[in-house]
Amino acid sequence: MSFDEAQGYILLGALGVPFLAIIATLLTPGNQKMVIRYISLFASAIIFALSIYIFVAYQTGTDVIQMEFSWPWIENVGFLKTNGISLHLGVDGISVLMVLLTGVVAFAGTLVSWKLDYRTKDFFILYWVLLSGVLGTFLALDLFFFFFFYELAVVPLYLLIGVWGGTRKEYGAMKLTLMLVGGSVGIWIGIFAVVHEAGLGTFDLPSLWEAGSNGALNPNFQKAVFPFFAIGCGVLAGLWPFHTWSPDGHMSAPTAVSMVHAGVLMKLGAFGIIRLGIQILPEGAEFWMPALIILGTVGALYGALAALTQRDLKLISGYSSVSHMGFVLIGLATLNEIGVTGAVLQMFSHGVMTALVFLLIGAIYDQTHVRDIGQFGGIAKVMPLWVAGYVIAGLANVGLPGLSGFTAEFHIFVGAFKTYPIVGGLAILAAAISATYMLRMFAQVFWGPLNPKWRELKDITPLEGISAALLISSIVIMGVLWSPFTDRIGHTVMNLPGVTS
Amino acid sequence: MPDFTLFIPEYIAVSLALLILTTELIWPKVRKDLLAYMTGVAAIAYGVAAIPYIHHAPSTFEGVLSTGDFTTYFRFLASGIVLVISLLSAHYIQKRTYSGGEYYSLLLIAGVGMTLMASARELLTAYISLELLSFTLYILVGYFKHERRANEASLKYILLGAFSSAMLLYGISLLYGITGATSYEGIAAALELRTAGTDPGMIMAIVLIIAGVGFKVSAVPFHMWAPDAYEGAPLPITAFLATASKAAGFALIIRIFGEALFVDGPEWRALIAILAALTMTAGNLIAIQQVSMTRLIAYSSIGQVGYMLVVIAAMGFGDSAQAANGSSALLLHLTGYIVSTLALFTALTIWVNRTGDDSIRGMRGMAKAQPFLALVITAALFSFAGLPFFAGFSTKLLMFQSSMRDGLIWLIGLAVLNSFISLYYYLRVMRQMYLFDPPTDIKRFNPTPILAITAGLLLLAMLFIGIFPGPTFEAATNAIASLY
Repeated sequence: MSFDEAQGYILLGALGVPFLAIIATLLTPGNQKMVIRYISLFASAIIFALSIYIFVAYQTGTDVIQMEFSWPWIENVGFLKTNGISLHLGVDGISVLMVLLTGVVAFAGTLVSWKLDYRTKDFFILYWVLLSGVLGTFLALDLFFFFFFYELAVVPLYLLIGVWGGTRKEYGAMKLTLMLVGGSVGIWIGIFAVVHEAGLGTFDLPSLWEAGSNGALNPNFQKAVFPFFAIGCGVLAGLWPFHTWSPDGHMSAPTAVSMVHAGVLMKLGAFGIIRLGIQILPEGAEFWMPALIILGTVGALYGALAALTQRDLKLISGYSSVSHMGFVLIGLATLNEIGVTGAVLQMFSHGVMTALVFLLIGAIYDQTHVRDIGQFGGIAKVMPLWVAGYVIAGLANVGLPGLSGFTAEFHIFVGAFKTYPIVGGLAILAAAISATYMLRMFAQVFWGPLNPKWRELKDITPLEGISAALLISSIVIMGVLWSPFTDRIGHTVMNLPGVTS
Repeated sequence: MPDFTLFIPEYIAVSLALLILTTELIWPKVRKDLLAYMTGVAAIAYGVAAIPYIHHAPSTFEGVLSTGDFTTYFRFLASGIVLVISLLSAHYIQKRTYSGGEYYSLLLIAGVGMTLMASARELLTAYISLELLSFTLYILVGYFKHERRANEASLKYILLGAFSSAMLLYGISLLYGITGATSYEGIAAALELRTAGTDPGMIMAIVLIIAGVGFKVSAVPFHMWAPDAYEGAPLPITAFLATASKAAGFALIIRIFGEALFVDGPEWRALIAILAALTMTAGNLIAIQQVSMTRLIAYSSIGQVGYMLVVIAAMGFGDSAQAANGSSALLLHLTGYIVSTLALFTALTIWVNRTGDDSIRGMRGMAKAQPFLALVITAALFSFAGLPFFAGFSTKLLMFQSSMRDGLIWLIGLAVLNSFISLYYYLRVMRQMYLFDPPTDIKRFNPTPILAITAGLLLLAMLFIGIFPGPTFEAATNAIASLY
């Protein structure tokens, strides 16, 4: 076995860990809560370590897809021909970053869920189903498995929010699940159309990408099908006007689920637009990108303006997520190297930043049971560490140089100015509004006179501190030392079909 | 000389059915659950006897019945379904009636009727097999003769069933008048020779045949009997109606539309497509309003029939390679659907045996009282909705993909939209099970071990088909290959 083949098994291992965690948790009696927590801690530590390894081991300057692993699943049956469905795994420069993001957030989420005491076993099983879906989607190079894992990530959400959630949990859970599965309707139709039209009898993604570029999928077909993928995945990515599940869902979800959901799951949507939209249907993408960039810009502005009017901490972050995912869509829609690179950077940056925000909101909500910013004031006096973390997340959100948000947004703005200068201007406006809502919230919650009601608040617990530190260091590393990130992404983006330099 | 060795499994099943019937005659005080386990053993014997016929060269019994992999596949399905249903019935029937011999022997005979429908090569034989299945079911649906709902169900089923049989027979006779044949091959050959031009008699025959078989699989607008029969019948028989009866109906439909009427596709494909669209949409929309779990399953299974009819509509485009691929994926989906339905009913039977309540609200708090049952039901519902891990996702994906045609994308889109609608009412069931606390009088209890094991095995089968559909798909493809 050569070294490269051995690396394929690392991806298989990374995908296998969540499943082993599910099985191990299933076999543990429900009253052994500490054992269950340690299983999860152990599994997420392995995932975290593997994700760092995968990120570091990815080499620029050679093949785009590395660490490939392929295992025939079904072939030569019915309409399926050779390689019909295979467990084909591999990473490119975009997915290594997403895997790293998953590793970081999964680990932090496990630590934050440590104190969860209600139906612990069920929670961790569903949490790992969610993570296996997310990881699988990032690693899969077979359309069948890509969609399998993509849908798998949606399956546990209803229960995770409905059982462990907070405010209006039933409403939030139902709305979120139905909207996400409703988005999948578009993806189902797109998949049927593409696999049928390509006529290869295979779900292998690289073969379908080939078909998209070599003319097997003709331009008119591509133009007709692209909206199905773009809207289908766009729902999960918070594409305006299909974003309405996001604030409600995030408001209802328990802390760790909000973290994984806003941090990683929304990126699945943007990732789907790259994998299915841009890579299978490059000509369709080129045709529809002006529409997507308009929706992205509207989303960025709308999310920022809506956040400005909200008073609930979680809703502010929910709308700010819509706004930031709008930036991701703008970056993708520029279809030039720097813009798309910025979009991928933003996916990572927003992921860690928003996970941090939801972690901190969870930390204070557990004590206060309110999230209305009007009821706070002077929290910096009682929870200095909490405030420090929040300020870093908020400033990264605003795009302060030296933090990850700046790196990402700067790339996106440059990319946007290259193709659509007006959009570039509007995007900067949205970033300016985001500074306003952040600073307004800072002023009302952190500073000013201390509301005597909150004199007894305790600062974040050590476990929350560790996970916050992990997320903060990701934010800072990406803000200061971005070349390992941009090298890997740039290497891949250059080879995406239809992307100009 | 007719080859009588082709039907050894059927001889075994029928003689064991008669044995079970006489057992109770001779020994009236026999424990009724013992009869159920005897039926289970008989079903296993039936399945084992079918093993030598795997990859048996297709041969016919005087041209009216045939054995090939298609028949074998349905023998296994029938044996599995009857096995599970007899296990489900053991406690349920024992508690509610004084006799059980007829029930179990009819169950076995119904299984044989299902297989014969799949192996018929000729319309009249198919009709007789269909009646064999239907008559046993008429009795089984009304088996609790002192219950008003059972009587209503049975009466409705008999009247509408007789009506639809008459229509089917009329269609067969018209078809015979036009083609001069009742065998599938003969009809196909005669239709091939027919000069161009649409024959009103032919349209009439097709419409009547569609109405007849549409009733058996409860396609809209011939579905009116289904919810009442599902609700009034003994719970295990509801499971049988939802699985065996539909499987047999689709075996017949694949034979008729994939073989006898195949060349005539342009005349019926639009009709079937409309039927599919109506069936899935009406089934799923009406299911939303249901409060009883059995009625909900009735409408949801009507929706499933709509999805399966998409394959038949695609067959009408006359591409025989696609027809073969489509029907093998249909068989795969049917298998996944049967496994999920049986799992659902196993869990539901355990629950109803304990609580006596089959309403959706009655399932409140099941996740706490009985987490395993809640898990099995959730898995089955997700499988129906086509979410991954469970059979429905993979089988539906493969089924729709293999029926994909440019002219049918609207129907497939509608089908996907419908499975999205169905998720809403499945989630409502889950809401009751997971989001609320159980009423105080329901304590945690231990389910009957044999049923719990059955549910567990069915759950594993559901996962197996969902994650690794290859082997089942291959078996289904072999079964279909013996047809074309």
